[in-house]
Amino acid sequence: MKTLRLIWVGWKFHVKSLTLSGFFILTSVLQPIIFASVAYFMFQAGAREGTLLYVALGAGMMGIWSSTLFGSGGAIQWQRWQGTLEYCIAVPPPFLLVIVPLTLATATIGLYSLTATLVWGRLFFDVPLHVAHPVAFIVALPVTVVGLGLLGLILASTFIMYRNANALSNLLEYPVWLATGLLVSLSLLPVWVGPISWVLAPTWGINALRDAAIAGNAWPEIGMCLLLSAVYLVIGYFALQHFERLARERATLTLT
Amino acid sequence: MRENLRVFFIGGYLSYRALFNWMHWSYYIPTMLGAPVFQILFFAYIGRYAQVESDEFFVVGNAVQLSAMAGIYGMAMTVGGERWTQTLSPLLATPANRLPLFLGRALPLIANGIITSAFAFFVGWLLLDFELTWSEIPALAVVIAVSAFSCTALGLVVGALGLRMRDVFFLANFVVYALLLFCGVNIPLDTLPGWMQDVANRLPLTHGIEAARAIANGSSLSDVSGLVWTELGIGAAYAAAAFLLFKLFELEGRRRASFETI
Repeated sequence: MKTLRLIWVGWKFHVKSLTLSGFFILTSVLQPIIFASVAYFMFQAGAREGTLLYVALGAGMMGIWSSTLFGSGGAIQWQRWQGTLEYCIAVPPPFLLVIVPLTLATATIGLYSLTATLVWGRLFFDVPLHVAHPVAFIVALPVTVVGLGLLGLILASTFIMYRNANALSNLLEYPVWLATGLLVSLSLLPVWVGPISWVLAPTWGINALRDAAIAGNAWPEIGMCLLLSAVYLVIGYFALQHFERLARERATLTLT
Repeated sequence: MRENLRVFFIGGYLSYRALFNWMHWSYYIPTMLGAPVFQILFFAYIGRYAQVESDEFFVVGNAVQLSAMAGIYGMAMTVGGERWTQTLSPLLATPANRLPLFLGRALPLIANGIITSAFAFFVGWLLLDFELTWSEIPALAVVIAVSAFSCTALGLVVGALGLRMRDVFFLANFVVYALLLFCGVNIPLDTLPGWMQDVANRLPLTHGIEAARAIANGSSLSDVSGLVWTELGIGAAYAAAAFLLFKLFELEGRRRASFETI
């Protein structure tokens, strides 16, 4: 119960804190809208038949990934700059329970992106917003956010070993958009991209949302998202422990 | 005159070195060379999937657009970095002529934009269905240099606004993404609504990309000279606007004592 309360309070705090950042919100809303517009125009100009809802959901998920990537990738570094990292580690609860709410919050903020691209698409590109399976869609949404948030935990705990984490974030934005099939069918990509896409939560998240919204059975993808979340949690736990031990041994906790 | 040249070249060189003081090679390579590779692949594959245009369309559009990245982010970081390190006030307290002071900072960024763009063309040739003959390269190099100049001029405007705004990086992001939307980088210009085409014709890149695509399709430099001159003229107009804005916001900043606000 205490654990759940800690996660809930931490998540609420970080969502509020990130919502107060004009930069973060505007980036979460404006960037996906621009990319969504580019995608809408490209698909409208192209010869492929299909619904623009496919594009809207993909562009929204691009925003959730960007938000998670930049928010979680820099999470520990940001605590370092603010001088709060030592306190986060010194408090009685495990460090994992302090960081997980933060990474979940960065993925949650990405929901602004999804909302923005759907509303934008509806208003200016006549994107149909009819959801075929509302229950599955409502379940798929938080499950996807949790999946990405816990993937963010791995980013947070591994990027810290790299001094220029921002550069790594810049590098990983496009490849994950591409490899997880957010706007391009995975069948067009080289075969070796397949296994990479399978271990990334956005692949299953977007498939779940599309199946629920357009047509199809979203539950297997929702299950895969939950399974991957559990795997990310375990990896993140050990990665964080490793980072904490190294930082204590080398006395680098406060170095920026 | 000699002093101005010294400020232009040595000032620009020192500023560029300072930029890379916080922009280490481990930052430069993933951001300036790594990300562009994936940007080109991303849009080329969307193009294939949406069945719109050829790989060449996306390689040329994105490779020329990438010359904007160095100029716009670089100028934003130059002014933003001076503010962050609290050196903006001492810089503006010097009697140095502002024109060479800021243009000198722009010159290395133009070179940087050209390098990024050339690398992007190489990657496009290596990984996608894109061919370029040796005879097309000199004309293409001229177009890239002119586009890099005009984008850096737009970057100067962003940098000038950085004297007034606290968060210039948001503006830089917005401008780079807006160019991606308006300038026909990935969308055929004639499929955009009329008002967007009007905006595009007043932005850097649009004419540069059009000229580069024509050259990649076999046109000569003289065939596209009108487009190149227009691109150059737009760049000059933005550079002039930036100079005026620098003057204006410097006065404003002094009045409001806001140079050290971060």
